[in-house]
Amino acid sequence: MTDNNIDNKTATTGLVAELQEFRDEVITRYPKKVAKKRAKAIVLSDPETPPEILANVRTIPGIITQRGCTYAGCKGVVLGPTRDIVNITHGPIGCGFYSWLTRRNQTKPVDENDSNFITYCFSTDMQDSNIVFGGEEKLKQAIREAYELFHPKAIAVFSTCPVGLIGDDVHRVSRQMKEEIGNGINIFGFSCEGYRGVSQSAGHHIANNGLFKNLIGRDDEVRGSLKYRVNLLGEYNIGGDAFELERVFEKCGIHLIATFSGNSNIQKFENAHTADLNMVMCHRSINYVAEMMETAFGIPWIKVQPIGARSTAKMLRKIAQYFGAKELADKVEEVIAEEMIPVEKAREEALKRTKGKLAMLFVGGSRAHHYQDLFEELGMATVAAGYEFGHRDDYEGRRVIPTIQIDADSRNIEEITVAQDATRYKPRKTEDELKALEAEGMEFNEYHGLMAQMEKGMLVIDDLSHYEMEKLIEKYHPDVFCAGIKEKFCVQKMGIPLKQLHNYDAGGPYAGFKGAINFYKDIEMMVGASIWKELKAPWESEDYIEATFVY
Amino acid sequence: MRKIAIYGKGGIGKSTTTQNTVAGLAEMGRKVMVVGCDPKADSTRLLLHGLAQKTVLDTLRDEGEDVELDDVMKGGFQNTNCVESGGPEPGVGCAGRGIITSINLLEQLGAYDADKQLDYVFYDVLGDVVCGGFAMPIRDGKAQEVYIVCSGEMMAMYAANNICKSIAKFGKVGDVRLGGLICNSRKVDNESNMIQEFAKKLGTQMIHFVPRDNMVQHAEINRKTVIDYAPDHAQANEYRALAKKIDENTNHVIPTPLSMQELEDLLVGFGILN
Repeated sequence: MTDNNIDNKTATTGLVAELQEFRDEVITRYPKKVAKKRAKAIVLSDPETPPEILANVRTIPGIITQRGCTYAGCKGVVLGPTRDIVNITHGPIGCGFYSWLTRRNQTKPVDENDSNFITYCFSTDMQDSNIVFGGEEKLKQAIREAYELFHPKAIAVFSTCPVGLIGDDVHRVSRQMKEEIGNGINIFGFSCEGYRGVSQSAGHHIANNGLFKNLIGRDDEVRGSLKYRVNLLGEYNIGGDAFELERVFEKCGIHLIATFSGNSNIQKFENAHTADLNMVMCHRSINYVAEMMETAFGIPWIKVQPIGARSTAKMLRKIAQYFGAKELADKVEEVIAEEMIPVEKAREEALKRTKGKLAMLFVGGSRAHHYQDLFEELGMATVAAGYEFGHRDDYEGRRVIPTIQIDADSRNIEEITVAQDATRYKPRKTEDELKALEAEGMEFNEYHGLMAQMEKGMLVIDDLSHYEMEKLIEKYHPDVFCAGIKEKFCVQKMGIPLKQLHNYDAGGPYAGFKGAINFYKDIEMMVGASIWKELKAPWESEDYIEATFVY
Repeated sequence: MRKIAIYGKGGIGKSTTTQNTVAGLAEMGRKVMVVGCDPKADSTRLLLHGLAQKTVLDTLRDEGEDVELDDVMKGGFQNTNCVESGGPEPGVGCAGRGIITSINLLEQLGAYDADKQLDYVFYDVLGDVVCGGFAMPIRDGKAQEVYIVCSGEMMAMYAANNICKSIAKFGKVGDVRLGGLICNSRKVDNESNMIQEFAKKLGTQMIHFVPRDNMVQHAEINRKTVIDYAPDHAQANEYRALAKKIDENTNHVIPTPLSMQELEDLLVGFGILN
């Protein structure tokens, strides 16, 4: 495979000085105290020595942020995609309703008897009197009702803001109801009130703790092939991403035990500790589970990035390298060679219209990084990028973790201590084997962050404000802007196409090989469309008559 | 209609003082409604002669939305209207939100309507202003006039000062004003002078000094106000005097709360800290 088409340097020549100017100018527009804070959150990338960035801190009131809440991170992101858990939102109806099916997580029940509750929305619909007298009784009633109607294997309860304020104990209620219902049902609660963290990131952490405490490791039966057993962490099956990755793994003979949590079910979670390698895709939302599983069960983890065809190939090669079997390595190469033929064909076609174009990515805690691979493949430069809810390690790499200041907001999140499992801890590789793999260039427990990939001098902005977004667009007219639904129509009204990378608009999958082809086509269509030039309202291109009242 | 809220440190005698004063006003021919804003629901016991009144929130919970005013409002001593807001059991839910709900319901049911011909509404509010819910009567213009029950004890004055902070805060944006301090004597040295000075510093007045008398306890054991139980006793006259002063009071101010240092200096000055 050659890299002859992946050269974006020319597109960005001369831009660096301008970006620095842009940064300085935007900051001067803020009041002094705000400017001081924002100045630390807007930096110019340097892949060699990434500068320190201010991230995972409270948004300043008054700033229009892209962020979501802790409940959204816990229920919406991490637990939401699992099909056979009844997820009950304990709170007034709005939180449940607006987190219902908005992320386009897909799932595929194996047969007619398989449960799928993703299409349902369960809420306790708290009313004024439940706030006054406490909502625990109503929650118990909701759990009983959900059980009678659906007989699920598990029920999860998610706390919304008022629940935390009035002190309903969702954990105690869960334990009581687990006992009352019996039949081996698993019921557990999450203290993921929206205000608990500065963004949805706190919710991911809370969800990770819950996954580990209540699900992972409950089923020791080793099913299927004993070879090449892996878990994929931080993949949420937006637009069918997981289906494409499952296809690729299967084709290679790699045995996927569990995905957290795209196209997942409870049994896969409970059985995940029987895998021999954890692959972390979205570092931000799930690295905690990877760490805990390594400590408890001895499963090493690596960072992977199956967004972009070349990155997918890289992931497959890493897996083959880890297992060290020629049979697997040969198969992987065969699959890559076969898959890359249509990929390259589609890429060359798209390149005609995409090469040299500019992209901006402000989304997620991983996606603003991962999708740069796809844009590189399209010959497009990412001139500005940032996360909504990333932490410093997602920008600067995990090496900075020991230096991250723990603030009061982080202390709001329960820290669980995980110990080595007395009977089931089994190092998958010896120290020597791991060292040998590292000598070959494999990296364990490592993520280098977004800035390691971005070209020197490009803009990196954490928790982009609406004002900064408008200024970026006014000044640089990117050919495509990637963000979410809150930004979509504002940006499009400014004549710039916006690709939603939370839910892929109506598109996807974008992961793996076939996903890359879909992405090439969609982006080619967006940046090639002339409709965006026609967006001026009639009065913007015509002289208008001015008049004043005469009394 | 004058809307009055009574605040003060827990245990200072708010409910007793309120009901005795209301009895005095009722005797003068004023039409009064008392709204108890305490989950314990003991603010109307003396006026109702111990009748356990069903609270607004309990009724709301049991009957749903179909609540009639008569379900929650009972007639007490000298034709006073008595309501208890009620609330959750201790440690559960949100009592502050309960007060908001029940006052809203009372308004909706017409408890304040012109046909009730009320001269006064008294809100008897639990303890200190602990959270937004308990500040409700003074926050949303439910009460316009606040009287703080206090004594010469340090913590009672501290609580009174805190309550003044919240009146000062809401007074700036609304029409709530402080009407004065009611000193419910604990027989502290120099008590009357000190509270008068304290009131002066807050920019208000000590509207009345209620001496300590065992007759109040006797009346309470008999589930009555002093005016009701022993109308000729001197203590009954004290409450009548307080009622009259409130009835005639025109001194309504936004208070100027003291700093902690000023408060301590005041106590030193009057010899309490020695």
